[in-house]
Amino acid sequence: MMPVGDRWNILKGGAAAAWPICLGYAPIGLAFGVLAQKAGLTPWEIGLMSLLVYAGSAQFIAVSMIESGAQAIPIILTTFTINLRHLLMSSSLAVHLQGLGRGWLSLYAYGVTDESFALNTARFRDREWDWRRALVLNHASNCAWIASTVIGGYGGQFIPAGAFGIDYALPAMFICLLVMQIRDSLHVAMAVLSGLLAVALSLLLPGNIYIVAASVTAATIGMFLRKRRAGIVESGESP
Amino acid sequence: MRTDYLLLVLGMGIVTYLPRWVPLIFLSHRRLPEWLKQWLDFIPVAVLSALILPGLVTAGEPRHLEAFHPALLVAIPTTIFAWKTRSLAGTVIAGMSLYWAAGRFFP
Repeated sequence: MMPVGDRWNILKGGAAAAWPICLGYAPIGLAFGVLAQKAGLTPWEIGLMSLLVYAGSAQFIAVSMIESGAQAIPIILTTFTINLRHLLMSSSLAVHLQGLGRGWLSLYAYGVTDESFALNTARFRDREWDWRRALVLNHASNCAWIASTVIGGYGGQFIPAGAFGIDYALPAMFICLLVMQIRDSLHVAMAVLSGLLAVALSLLLPGNIYIVAASVTAATIGMFLRKRRAGIVESGESP
Repeated sequence: MRTDYLLLVLGMGIVTYLPRWVPLIFLSHRRLPEWLKQWLDFIPVAVLSALILPGLVTAGEPRHLEAFHPALLVAIPTTIFAWKTRSLAGTVIAGMSLYWAAGRFFP
């Protein structure tokens, strides 16, 4: 049994670290709620989607499909392809969650989003960060998402569009977390490659499959380059 | 609540949850081969970059290149700020302020 003080520290630490995500989710969630309400969903229905799906871009697209009268199967298939990118994020997170029980892993899986993945991955490098705090961070973000979408569903754009530059909270967070992930020149090179590939593929391919395609390509090339570099060092040649 | 809506969001929930769950369950309980570790080591930088850059230089539906974007202009000082300070809080606040200011100057 964990002492109460430790539990409190974990809750406080995890929730406090979630603030950039909560700040970023607020305007997006409100905007989503407003759109969903216009598409004919009640606040309860909006809350249920945010709870069960919990994936921003897929929810936006689903609502626009609902509004245009699409059937369930195409909406579900679209959701699947949009959210396939989480496969990569969960694979990468598995490195930090080695040996954790399957129950906790199943709960953790629910909270894997672009944002929580980015923030927790950067945090896992800190000594004081662990899966418990990461789980709290996931669920604090989840609460912020559900709450802001439901509030938006009551018909309120409570934050005026563009106020305080709040639309830039998540892009700025992603930029900083990317910078913090970079540990050597090969990381820089593969980040540049992945970004450029993503731009090119986003112009060619529909949907957001470009995220998976660009990341997998860059990571694979990076892996081979690292191997070659290690091989050169081992064989005694100058790199 | 309509039953067809309930089934729709349940379906959406399941297909979203599975890609989040499968790798965690299958990769967290085995020794990962060295090549996979090396590959996964590049995933965070690759994914983050692929998430960020298209949003900064493309716009519209269907997407097209749009280089002169306030979001891109703001990204440059934001990146430098992040590099120098390594502060998440500072970078988020700096990025938001710059974006807000950019909106004033280039409406």
